[in-house]
This record gives sequence, C-alpha cells and structure tokens, in this order.
Amino acid sequence: MIEVDRLSLDIHGTPILRDVSFAMQPGRTFGLVGESGSGKSMTALALMQLLPDGSRTSGRASLDGIDLLDRPEAEMCALRGNELGMIFQEPMTALNPVRTIGDQVAETLRIHGAATRADALDVARQKLDRVGLPQIALDRYPHELSGGQRQRVCIATAIALRPRLLIADEPTTALDVTTQAQILDLLRGLVDEEDMALLLITHDLAVVADMADQVAVMKTGEIVEQGATRDVLSQQRHAYTRALFEASGHVPARGSRPEGSPLLTGTEIDRHYPGPRIGLFRRGAPLRAVNGVSLALQEGESLGLVGESGCGKSTLTRAILGLDPIQGGEIRALGNPVSPQMPHAMRAGIQVVFQDPYGSFNPRWSVEHLVAEPYHLLSEKPSRTERRDQVAEALEAVGLQASDMDKYPHEFSGGQRQRIAIARALITHPKILVLDEAVSALDVRVRAQILDLLADLQDRMGLSYLFISHDLTVVRAITDRVMVMQAGQIVEQGPTDTVFDAPEHPYTQALLAAAPRLPDYARKD
Amino acid sequence: MLRFILGRLLSLSLSLIVASLVIFTVIEVIPGDPAAFMLGLNADEATVQALRADLGLDGSKAERYLTWIAGMVQGDFGTSYTYRVPVAELVADRLWVSLPLAILSLILSTAIAFPVGLLAAANRGRAADYGIMGGTQLGIAIPNFWFGMLLVLVFAVNLRWFSAGGFPGWEEPLQALKSLLLPSVALALPQAAILARVMRSALIETLAQDYMRTARAKGLSRRQALLRHALRNALIPVLTIIGLQFSFLLAGAIIIENVFFLPGLGRLIFQGITQRDLVVVESVTMLLVFAVIVVTFLVDIAYAIADPRLRRRA
Repeated sequence: MIEVDRLSLDIHGTPILRDVSFAMQPGRTFGLVGESGSGKSMTALALMQLLPDGSRTSGRASLDGIDLLDRPEAEMCALRGNELGMIFQEPMTALNPVRTIGDQVAETLRIHGAATRADALDVARQKLDRVGLPQIALDRYPHELSGGQRQRVCIATAIALRPRLLIADEPTTALDVTTQAQILDLLRGLVDEEDMALLLITHDLAVVADMADQVAVMKTGEIVEQGATRDVLSQQRHAYTRALFEASGHVPARGSRPEGSPLLTGTEIDRHYPGPRIGLFRRGAPLRAVNGVSLALQEGESLGLVGESGCGKSTLTRAILGLDPIQGGEIRALGNPVSPQMPHAMRAGIQVVFQDPYGSFNPRWSVEHLVAEPYHLLSEKPSRTERRDQVAEALEAVGLQASDMDKYPHEFSGGQRQRIAIARALITHPKILVLDEAVSALDVRVRAQILDLLADLQDRMGLSYLFISHDLTVVRAITDRVMVMQAGQIVEQGPTDTVFDAPEHPYTQALLAAAPRLPDYARKD
Repeated sequence: MLRFILGRLLSLSLSLIVASLVIFTVIEVIPGDPAAFMLGLNADEATVQALRADLGLDGSKAERYLTWIAGMVQGDFGTSYTYRVPVAELVADRLWVSLPLAILSLILSTAIAFPVGLLAAANRGRAADYGIMGGTQLGIAIPNFWFGMLLVLVFAVNLRWFSAGGFPGWEEPLQALKSLLLPSVALALPQAAILARVMRSALIETLAQDYMRTARAKGLSRRQALLRHALRNALIPVLTIIGLQFSFLLAGAIIIENVFFLPGLGRLIFQGITQRDLVVVESVTMLLVFAVIVVTFLVDIAYAIADPRLRRRA
C-alpha cells in the first residue's frame, strides 16, 4: 500500500510539485500521464529520494506505513532496490557499459546482502529467464544487446528482490512499437504474478489506457484529475485531459492534393556498408542497409516512410539528401541526379528537418544567423537587409515573430525551436522537405500545432513532404501515401488509409497490431 | 582479445619501422655529412675521413640503414664518438637510473592522484573540491626543479635524512632507492596534480551518466556507486594521461637529473647533443621511441581490460 499525501517539492526555491496525492494498491498499475515538465518524473524521484541537489519536499509518501520522505539516506539505500525498484526511459545508457549484465543484475542482491556471489548469479539467471532473456548468457555486456533486451535487463535488475513498488518512467518511449508491446506485456505479467504495485509514467495516453487500473493526469506540478482509468478516459472531465486527447488524435485539415508530376524519384536504390573486418585483408559480407528501394514523390504530395529502428529509414534518408553515396540504382530530384557531389544550388531545393532541433543548432548563433545559414547554398547571396527581411518572412511563416531573429536558441521552447528549424529549411524556398522524425520529440499538444503548421505550409507553398516516422498515428494524420520499410526493403506501399485499414503484408499487420491505440470508449467522435 | 593484441602489435611494429626511418633520415641523410658535423668547422680532412670510415658512412644509404637496424636488433648500438665506449653500455647504465626513477614517480603520482581525484569528484562544488582544485593548480604551476631544490633544502640540507644528490649504484639497493626518492617526489607532484584533475573531470562526466542513476536506484550509496560504477568508466582518459606521463618521465627528467646529479637518460641525450655525438643521439632517440611504443601497447591493453567495447576493435 503506497499513499502519497500532499507531496510538494521545490528545487532551489522553484516550486516543482504542489499537493500531489494518490494511492496505489499491490498488484495494480497506476498511470501518471502528462506532458514534459509536468512533474511526473520528479514525483517518482521524490518517492525514491533521488532528487537533485537543492530539493526540498513536504507532505507524506508512505510505503506500508513508512514515510519515505524523511528517511535518512542510509535507510533509503536499504529500501531502494529492495522495496522500491525503478526503471528508466533510456535502456541504451541505463546499464554500466563495462560490467556484464549478470553482474549488474546480481549486484542488486549483493548490495542488500541477500545472497553470496555465486547464489546471486544463480538468481540473476532466474530473473533474466523471467524477463524473457533465457538465451542471453550472464557474461554478455550491454553493448552486445538490443534496446529491448537491455530494457529487460533493467527490469530484471529492478525486480530481483521482488520490490513492493516498481516505478517505470517512460519505459517504452525509446523503443519500437513491437518491442514496446512485448515490454508492456512483461510488466503486466510481473504486476500480476509478483503482486507488486506498478507506477507507470508515460506521456502516451494509449499506453495508459492499455495498462493502468488507475490514472492521474498531471499538469505543471499538480494532479488535475484522477480516478479509475476507464472513468477518466471516457468522461474527460477536466479541460486539460480533453485537450490532451484532442491533440493526441489530431488530424490537421489539409487541402485537396493536385495531381502533380514526380519531383523526387528513386529507382532500385542500394546502399551497402562494408562488412566487419574478419582478417587483415578480408571483410565479411557487406551490410545491405537499403536494398533495391524504389519510390516517387509527387509535387504537393506527402509521402510517409515507416519502419522500426534499424530498418534502413535513416540510411535511405541520407542517400536521398545526397549525403551518402549509393551503390546501385539512381535517385533524381527536381530533374537532376542526387549524389554527394551534387551542386549546392540543388541542395537548396531539398531541405530537411530533424528530430532534435536543439542538437542541430549552434547555441552561440542568433536565430537570424541560424535561419539564414542555408544561404551559403545559393550562388547569389542576398544583402544584409534582404537577408533580414527574408528571415523575418520565414519566421512569420512558421508562426514566430520577426523580432525573434535577434534571440538565441536557448530562449525558445522545444516546439518553437522546431518552428525555427522549419523556418531554416524554408529559407531557400525548397520544393521538397524531408521531415525526419520531426515531431517525435514533441509533446502531443505542441505536436498537433506543428502538424497544423506543416499542413498549412504545404497548402500555401505547394511543398512536397517525405515524412519519416516510427509513429503510425502521426503518419496517418499527415500523409497521402505511405511506404512500410523492413530490413532495407519496402514491403508494402499505397494510399495511407488503404494501407492502415487493410494492411496486406504480415509486417505491416504486426506493426499496426503492436501500436497502442486508444480504446473506443475514450474516443470522442 | 588475442586478435586485439595481435592487431595492436602489428600496428605498433609498423610505427616503429616508420619512426626508425624518420630518425635515420633526419640525422644521417638531410644535413650533409655527419662526420664533418660531428667534428666541427675546424677539423682537417684526414680526421673527417677517418671518422667517416669509423661510422661506416661510406656505404649506400639503404645499406647503412639496414646495418643500423640489424645492429640494434642484436644489441649493438654503435660506439659513442665522445665516450669511446659502446652506446649499448652507456644506455644500459643510464637506463638503470631512469627507468626506476620513472616507475617510482609514476607509482607515486598515481597513488596520489587516484584518491585525490575521487575525493574532489565525490565532493564536487564543496570546500574539499575547491581546496583540491586550488592545490592541483599550484602543483601544475610550480616548476618541478624548484620543488626539487626545496626538497633538497628541507630533507637533505636541514634534516639530513637524504643525500643532496648523486647515485650510489645498485650494489646497495636500499641506498640507491633512497637516492631516487626525492627526485621521484619532485617529478611525481606536478604529474599527480595533472592526473588528479583529469581523474576528477572524467569522474564528474561519468557521474552524470544514466547508469549511475540506475546504480543508485538499486540501493547503492553515492560512495558505492562512485567506486563500483564510475571509477572504471572514468579510467580511459586517466590511462591515456598515465601513458603520456610515463614516456615523458623516461626522458624528460633531465632538469631533475641535473638538480640531483643523477646519471640518467635525459642527461645522456643532452650531452650527446651538445657534443654532437650523433651515434648516441640516434640510438637513444630510437630507444625512447621504442619505449613509447611499448608503453602505448600496454596502455592499449589496459584500455581493453577496462572497457569491453574496445576489445573487438583491432
């Protein structure tokens, strides 16, 4: 029995959580949903007492009568890993790269004095079997495992001592849909069998609907609504809950597509990487990252490209942008062949927006400087005043203000930065925009706004989009046609609605089946 | 792992061959006649000719290079022009001073740097950290010869615990070790200061990693997480610096060797240069290159032991 009663938190005087109260039962899952910065993770870290320096909590958070908030550090160490287990979002970096996985699972037992070294390794073996890794040896290192396997190792580590409370902070956000479905299955099974309480933190309403018995919706450090999942999701009493729902299923209004001529074509594209070195002068078989892919993007069209990580989406994207050479086939854009050697003027016609705008911005450059950067592709560079005028125009086109051009990237929110990235892509008046997971890192409400912006820009400027994403909902909302990629090949393509409603290829069917979907009772039609 | 080691050995042997070519070219081929250079401007022609024959300069360049290499492989480094003894003998004597001195300094500097770096990282942003950062700054700023002189003043002149300099030879191991102690402290301190700072920043970077949070969520205390999870991950940059420092200590201790009147390699190469004894310079340089390559190899192996991800790369 976990009871959180009026938990408040401030860090260096800044209030983060205010009067958060909820209760959890063993064998039940409690979902905590909200956008980034709403305080979900901080609530979890407060329960674990792993808050950053300068944190001050008040209220109560008790586990079977023990108040976690005023335990001394030594007692908390004895509780963490023992009564409280936690797993995190990034399985790729959550394990120590220089120690074997068996060792890391066994450490939970050893640190709490629950077993000798040999016994701990035996238990580690059992736990790895339990989380679905019977074929993985204890002496493997994290880098030899996939993301899903690593998340399973993290789960094994967290449940090794059968904690009463397991906290899972966005446990599947970094994983592919099919892997996500497996990990969620595993968590559900553990809750049932081990009779532990699961606190599931996520931004994904469909995941919560699927998993949680109870749910709480958080906004700016407060719980605005909570109750049985079905009640909360079907009634949506609070305006914020409704806003979240509307945004998560948002389909932007798009004008009708004119039948255009193909702007971008790819025929039998091959992209191979040299195989691993197996001797001084010998290499293994080359890795065929893209294998005989053909595609066509019409003028004014939105083409989706979906597939799981490692399927070759990004490699294909790099080839289409003329960043990497191809080993076979041909790519033509705007009438000319695409290659790493293509002239700058051609690059001005195909621009790209990536997932993480902040990572692609030089933090010391002003917005004007950032947005005007693609001008180096043009043979005739505009004068200083022309440049400022055009940057102002581009910023206004993406819903920002002309005066923003003298600011720096850190002064903007994630959604605004993505708008700046789009402005930068538009400054050379391209015909084709490649959107590589461009909305994947955004919260649902911001994502809905950016999708609206993209639809609006397409209507006004007649842009063609190549929209690459692992998020099927988004692809469905914004594309006319879709291609499904698996292991370097396009396994299915066609009009988006047809492919999604009646998938023919088993892989497409598996993808769609694995994707979490909001239950019917939560849909507002 | 075996493949990794063989791969490293191969690439380092190639470096050794390239280095020997460069040294040979620079010293013997480029500036004209080595014999005339060694004898100076006023030497008469007959003497130069005699030395040419003596040094074997009459053969073709390729022939000379191969003879030089073949000699070194058999332990024949030629005969010093100024000392009139085999260079191998000269070097061996000096090496018995320089090598123990370098090893002793390295042990000292590592023994100081590890705990100090750990302490600073564990107390980041607190008084202990600021104290250590200030102290190490001072350690880097103070020239080691000045510190060496200070040590002599305190421990040799005033306290009379150690002799002020010189080296008695290894016939009396204890005395020999004692005479190396002050110079190795003088050498180790600035190195320790650098190493401690590297250790601290590597640890602080590691502390921000996700797996440290996982470790804490398992129930490890800050200290346990630091020692069990952060330390080994922070080792790579530290090992790099240790490797560089050892190479430097082996030949770069010349000032300290002078302060303490130690007959080490640094002094030998310095004397070789001032007396234009190219045979000595060439051989000692080659030997130092060899030492650096051996150290690099050991550091590479240490990398692979510390980080399993590096084992597959060759």
